[in-house]
Amino acid sequence: MIQLTINNKNISAAPGTTILEAAKQNGINIPSLCYMEGVHKFGSCRICSVEVEGARTLQVACMAEVREGMVVHTNSKKVLKARKVLYELMLSDHSQNCLSCNRNQSCELQQLGEMLGVTENRFSTSSARESIDISPSITRDLSKCILCRRCITACKGLQGIGILDAQNRGFDTVISPAMELPLGAAKCAFCGQCTIVCPVGALKETDHIARVWEAINDPDIRVVMQPAPAVRVALGEMFGYPVGTSVTGKMATAMRELGVDDVFDTDWAADLTIMEEGSEFLDRAIAVLSGKKAVLPIITSCSPGWIKYIESYYPQLLPHLSTCKSPHMMLGALAKSYYADKIGFDPKKMFTVSIMPCTAKKFEASREEMVNRDARNVDAVLTTRELGQMIKQAGIDFRNLEDGTFDDPMGQSTGAADIFGVTGGVMEAAIRTVYVLVTGRELPFEKLHVAPIVGLDQIKEATLKFENVLPEFKLFEGFEAKVAVTSGLAGAKILMDQIVVGNSPYHFIEVMGCPSGCICGGGQPRSEDPDVRIKRLKAMYSEDESKTLRQSHLNTSILAIYKDYLGKPGGHLSHELLHTHYVDRSKENE
Amino acid sequence: MNQTKQVSHKLPDDHVQKLEQIAEVIAKYEAKPSNLIMILHAAQGIYGYLPYPVQKFIADKMNIAVSEVSGVVTFYSFFSTNPKGKHTILVCMGTACYVRGGKKLVDGLQKHLGVNVSETTEDGKFTLSVARCIGACGLAPAMMVDDTVYKSVNPNKLESILSKY
Repeated sequence: MIQLTINNKNISAAPGTTILEAAKQNGINIPSLCYMEGVHKFGSCRICSVEVEGARTLQVACMAEVREGMVVHTNSKKVLKARKVLYELMLSDHSQNCLSCNRNQSCELQQLGEMLGVTENRFSTSSARESIDISPSITRDLSKCILCRRCITACKGLQGIGILDAQNRGFDTVISPAMELPLGAAKCAFCGQCTIVCPVGALKETDHIARVWEAINDPDIRVVMQPAPAVRVALGEMFGYPVGTSVTGKMATAMRELGVDDVFDTDWAADLTIMEEGSEFLDRAIAVLSGKKAVLPIITSCSPGWIKYIESYYPQLLPHLSTCKSPHMMLGALAKSYYADKIGFDPKKMFTVSIMPCTAKKFEASREEMVNRDARNVDAVLTTRELGQMIKQAGIDFRNLEDGTFDDPMGQSTGAADIFGVTGGVMEAAIRTVYVLVTGRELPFEKLHVAPIVGLDQIKEATLKFENVLPEFKLFEGFEAKVAVTSGLAGAKILMDQIVVGNSPYHFIEVMGCPSGCICGGGQPRSEDPDVRIKRLKAMYSEDESKTLRQSHLNTSILAIYKDYLGKPGGHLSHELLHTHYVDRSKENE
Repeated sequence: MNQTKQVSHKLPDDHVQKLEQIAEVIAKYEAKPSNLIMILHAAQGIYGYLPYPVQKFIADKMNIAVSEVSGVVTFYSFFSTNPKGKHTILVCMGTACYVRGGKKLVDGLQKHLGVNVSETTEDGKFTLSVARCIGACGLAPAMMVDDTVYKSVNPNKLESILSKY
């Protein structure tokens, strides 16, 4: 261990620790802006500058490593003065229409100014960057960008893509795709991880709030709303609940108070997805086991950021994808067919809104093939953050709401659907059902969990052996299904490269585009809690365990829709409404 | 979106052969990211300039993001993303030339050629550039076409100067 002093306090820290980390471990907070725990690469903002005795210049605490005998001052006169000037210079190049900014009061630049005691603008303000780039999912406002480069770290470091980088030089510097192409032309997956890390209002989701209010306020329009599994474990954070609090019941009530006509649940459609995707897996596995041709591994298709990624970078692997639409698109399609028929309502006057932890779902909803019977499956997609904003706009006292429930016939769900929101969950839900279908017995694991694929590791794998199978599945006797789960596009790349070179050992792969899965999707509330991932994960699994039914094929309203309407999984109507096709985007805009 | 950079050009007829030569250079440098600047330097020598398709080709061959290649290309003024014309016009905008009408020369040339500074005429004949000082302050306002210096130029003389090329 290395001994040093920070602000006259004796501290020991492991070799390789930065001054910033060592200070933090000992309860000393050094103001910082561009710093990102775990993946920090650029010391670009210099706000964490500190004085090190004997050093010629101020040192950047997030980059400088501790040394034996180091004497550090984080609040000396010299430091405070430099930090303030650095901040003022940053502000001089930042659009200051704070009152009308989406990040007003949740802006890290604002918070920093308060911390540093900046009360006046000494330098005149003019932003050198003035352009706004609106893509289907993400909106970039370059006049607010402070060039901290966190988004570059998220895109290149975390996701392994590198759509964004610094372009040009000096005052002309912009953080942008190559050649300042708009995001929509740059093979961006729209995962939105950049919108989570942006400290200011430069990167955010493309607004759908206005169109939702318009629909709610139109008396002729019937508004149908559905929240994704991961929304319920994160929305509470916007109303002061601790990270990892489930607010399912209050969320349902809040939607109703907003003026929504039908409050359905994407969880219901997640159960439906398991029926469709499970049967698709069984069909392909049966074909292969009986010596016929079929494409394995089959890969999940619920995550639209992942879909856009594989369409752009691995088009040759598209036949591996499950043809299932993602759950909210299935629900949207059924709302405007099955449900509209049932209540005798014109589907063209129905407006379907999905609440998603995701920015890529906005793009997905706009895809041209997501239309059935001349009506868009989903008309608007709000992120969890946008729903929170709408609830605030409507003046709803969220914390004091009664718990509500979801509406029939698309509101009931099992625990298997809840875990769709977390890495490993879709696979576990599928295994729970497939195992029963093949063997007639419940999965023989504690609490039905497939332990090797639970958790936050980048790549997880498990093997499932089928024994004593039902007679109609005799081909499966002794079959060992190998499954893999990854979250984040860097992990997806590893698994896809294996398939490309032909040494992928798997039969079934789950991919979620965002690290940790939807619980930390690009549309979720921004959190400063370092344990946000594990806390939200635990909340998802407790939602699952709190349900009476925990296997999709036991959901009675799902069984009912097959009996009354769809026929059987993978049947004709399912194919029309619930399945889709994919597009090779590798040559787009070249 | 305020599109500031031109992204697509008509590619030269020998585009494919030139990319093959660039691929050889990348192989010579073992596609190491630390050699990017050297590779771009050589690629500009081969191709003449570095438009988006060339940047994309280099990025794919080196297995790095095209935003990173573009970041380097747009950072260094040595690299150009626009094709260079047959002749380069360099207008001096140093202090002496500026006060004696250098700006008027730039305006006149932009109007005459129909291009902005750093752009090339549609027929590929002229590229218009400016310099801070060409060291000919006594001849202000001065401009150069390739290696020839023209002294005490005024906008009325531009047509006769350009007609020589």
